[in-house]
Amino acid sequence: MAQTPSARSSVRDGVVAVSPLMVGVAPFGIIFGVAAAASSVGSGLGYASSFIIFAGAAQLAMLQLIDVGAAVVTVVATALVMNSRYVMYSAALSPHFRELSLGARLALPYLLVDQAFAVSIIRFQEPSDPAYRRRFFLGAGLGLWTAWHIASGVGVLVGAQLPEKWSLDFAVPLMFLALLATAVQNKLPAAAAAIVGGLVAVIFQGAPYQLWLILGTIAGVCAGMVAQRVRP
Amino acid sequence: MSNWLIVLGIGIGTYAARVSFIGGLGKRRLPRSVERALTYVAPAVFAALVLPAVLFNDGAADVTPTANPRFLAAVVAAVVGFATKSVAAVFVIGMVTLWLLDSLT
Repeated sequence: MAQTPSARSSVRDGVVAVSPLMVGVAPFGIIFGVAAAASSVGSGLGYASSFIIFAGAAQLAMLQLIDVGAAVVTVVATALVMNSRYVMYSAALSPHFRELSLGARLALPYLLVDQAFAVSIIRFQEPSDPAYRRRFFLGAGLGLWTAWHIASGVGVLVGAQLPEKWSLDFAVPLMFLALLATAVQNKLPAAAAAIVGGLVAVIFQGAPYQLWLILGTIAGVCAGMVAQRVRP
Repeated sequence: MSNWLIVLGIGIGTYAARVSFIGGLGKRRLPRSVERALTYVAPAVFAALVLPAVLFNDGAADVTPTANPRFLAAVVAAVVGFATKSVAAVFVIGMVTLWLLDSLT
């Protein structure tokens, strides 16, 4: 940063940086809303979860597990294992937020999702002052938050009206498939994590308390670690 | 009631994960190995969510396109996904393939 940018332009920088990713969030949010309206969770709580949780993949997995009758502990534990990646994001961003007030450091993480993390960690590689970083992250996070709420709100509203024969419930595994392709990025250890994770989830499909998802995830993570040691 | 508990529990836990280092543990760093392990959570969990959902049909694994068109539609969508990394493309191609297979049977 040669000169200090104005507060408004710093926030706008964040929104602009995240805007291509908002396009990807839109169908995902609509699918979530549709799935929530069709599930036993219902549209009210489904939409409320966009405020309370604000993590699309975990919200979708939660719907899926609740609908197959998983225990409360299983659903919560599974979602939290999924969201454990935020610890990694938080650790990576913390040096950039160190100078901020405690209030900012407690409030900003609410907006910490994959997309806001991705654009911020790239931008913060350039030198900038703490106020710029705070506003940039706020813009990116709020931009994505707004897109997610509009999309999941639209999904909840139209979801109830869509005919069942359209098989729109198939959109849920499709969304996870798209996320899977992004997460693997043609890297070998990540591919190993995916293959083992998927197979273990299939093998343990009949496990008590719907533990298949957690077992698959843990096995997949172990496979990724092993593969990375063998061929990084 | 229990669904509300689930949403609140996940919400609190998720915020705790997000705020962990930024809010409190500011000067500490995650051990390298833990950081590595966390990068594999995403591919593992997404695959674990997809494969059973498209493989099982009425409780049994089934890959025949007539009885379980979702498996073949997912394979087609996966090819598109890995080639384009586009959420929209995966969604459109996957749904259209399923509708086509459905209309053929």
